[in-house]
Amino acid sequence: MLELQNLSFQVSGDTDSQKEIIKNISLTFEDHTFIAITGPNGGGKSTLAKLIMGIEKPTAGKIVFNGTDITDMSITERARLGISFAFQQPVRFKGIKVKDLITLAAGSNIKLSSACDYLSRVGLCARDYINRDVDTSLSGGELKRIEIATIIARNTPLSVFDEPEAGIDLWSFNNLIKVFEDLHSSTDNSLIIISHQERILNIADEIVVLAGGSVQARGHREDILPELLNGTGGCKLYNQQ
Amino acid sequence: MDEIQRNLLEQVAGLHEMPAGAYNIRANGQSVDRSTTAHIDIITKEDKQGIDIVIKPGTKKESVHIPVLLSQSGLTEMVYNDFHVGDDCDVTIVAGCGIHNSGDSDSRHDGIHTFYIGKNSHVKYVEKHYGSGDGRGERIMNPETVVLLGENSFMELETVQIKGVDSTRRSTTATLSDGAKLIVTEKLMTHGSQTAETSFQVDLNGEGSSANIISRSVAKDDSRQLFLSKINGNSRCAGHSECDGIIMDRATISAIPEITANNLDAELIHEAAIGKIAGEQITKLMTLGLTEEQAEAQIVNGFLK
Repeated sequence: MLELQNLSFQVSGDTDSQKEIIKNISLTFEDHTFIAITGPNGGGKSTLAKLIMGIEKPTAGKIVFNGTDITDMSITERARLGISFAFQQPVRFKGIKVKDLITLAAGSNIKLSSACDYLSRVGLCARDYINRDVDTSLSGGELKRIEIATIIARNTPLSVFDEPEAGIDLWSFNNLIKVFEDLHSSTDNSLIIISHQERILNIADEIVVLAGGSVQARGHREDILPELLNGTGGCKLYNQQ
Repeated sequence: MDEIQRNLLEQVAGLHEMPAGAYNIRANGQSVDRSTTAHIDIITKEDKQGIDIVIKPGTKKESVHIPVLLSQSGLTEMVYNDFHVGDDCDVTIVAGCGIHNSGDSDSRHDGIHTFYIGKNSHVKYVEKHYGSGDGRGERIMNPETVVLLGENSFMELETVQIKGVDSTRRSTTATLSDGAKLIVTEKLMTHGSQTAETSFQVDLNGEGSSANIISRSVAKDDSRQLFLSKINGNSRCAGHSECDGIIMDRATISAIPEITANNLDAELIHEAAIGKIAGEQITKLMTLGLTEEQAEAQIVNGFLK
C-alpha cells in the first residue's frame, strides 16, 4: 500500500552544515494495517508523517502509494489519491464553521445528520458544535476531536495521525482508542499513527520505532511493545540512538 | 426597471421583487417606486435631495428598504436621508447602493444617513455596496452615517462592500445616551487598484453605554485600505474595536485606532491584526483535497461571511 524507499530529509543547519532529520529510511506497509510509529522527541516521527502527506518534500528517496510514485506530487494530489492527515496542532480558521470543514472533508454536500454522526463518533455533542466557528473559541481538545472527525469523514485508504492523543483529556482518550479500533475493524483502510501512548501502541498491528532519523526497530506489537516497556528511565530501543 | 437595475437591486438589497413593508427605490437620481405603511412614512425632502423616513413610536417587526441604483454613466449625486425612529420600536432598515458603470465617466453616489433614534428601540441597519460594469469610468461611493442613539436603545449596523467599488470613503459617527448599545460589523473586500477608507467615531456619553466595532477586510491585488477608529469614553461605559485584515498580492492595509478614556470608569479596548493568510490554513485545506487557489478562496469567503 505504501512504500518508503531510501527516504532522506535534510535541512540547513545554523552554519553551512546540513542536518539530516530522516536518514535513508525504507519501509513497506501492507494494505489494511494499523501501524504505530513511536520514538523519542526529535526522532523524526512528525517529519516522516509530513513527508508522506507531501507537506515536506524528501531530499532523497521515493514514496510509492498503491503502485504510484507520489514523491513529486502536491498535497492536493495526494489527498485526492486517498491520503488523509490529522495535524498534531490543528489549524484554526476565522469564519469557517465545523460543518464547513466536515463538508469539505467529505468532499460533497453531505446531509447534516451525516456531519453530526462524525462529531458524535469523536464524543462531541453535534448540536453544540456543528455551527461553531473553528476558531479560538474552541479548546485544544475540542479542536483535536474535530480534526479527527474530518479524517473519519474523508474515509480514505490511508490516514496518518500525528500524535492524536496530544491535548486530549482522559475521558476523550478512552473514546479515541475506540475510534481507532472502529476505524481499523470497520473498513479496509490503513492507519499510521504517530504516538507516545502505550494504549495506542497496544492496539496497533505493528510498531515502528524511530530515533535519530532512523528505524531502530519494527515488528509486531507483541514483539516490540515488551521491549519498549522494558527497563527504567526510557526503553532500550529508545536508547539505541 | 431594466435588467441591469434588477441585478443591482438583488445585489444590494437581496430583492427579486418589491419588498413587503415600506420601501423607496431610487434609480438614476429619481424615486421610481415607494410604499409606506400605517407606521412608517416616507417623505421627499423639499430643500435638497433625499427623504425623511418617519417610524412611529411602538412600531415592531417592520422593515424599510431604501436601495439606490445608478446605471447611467457619469451621474453624480448627493443624497440626504434622515431616519426618525420613535421610542419602543423594533425595525430593520436595509439600505445599499449599486452602481453599474459601462461608460467612460465616473459615477458617484454620496449619501448622508442620519438616524435619530428614540428610547428603548432596536434598529438593525444593513448597508451593502456593489459595483459592476466594465467601463473606464470609476464607481465611487462615499457614505456617511450619523447615529444619535437614545436611552437604552440598541443599534446593529452591518456594512458590506465586496465587489466592484473603485473608491469609497465611509464615515460613521455615533453618539450614545445612557444605556445605549451599538454594534458595528463591517465586511470589506477591495481588489484591482481600488481604495477604501473607513472611519468610525463613537462618543460614549451615556452611563452604561457600550460600543463594539468589528471590521473584517481583505485587500487583494494593488488595492489600499485605511481603517480609522476613534472611541471616546466620556462616562462609565465599555468600548471595543477590532480590525482584522488579510492582505494578498501587493495590497496594503493601515489600521489606526484611537481610544480615549475621559472617565475613570470607561473601559476601552482596541485590537488590530493584519497579515497574509496563514500558510498552515492553506495546507490544512489542501490535505482535504482542495487546490491552493480553492483553499485561498474558501478562507477569504469564510472570513468575510
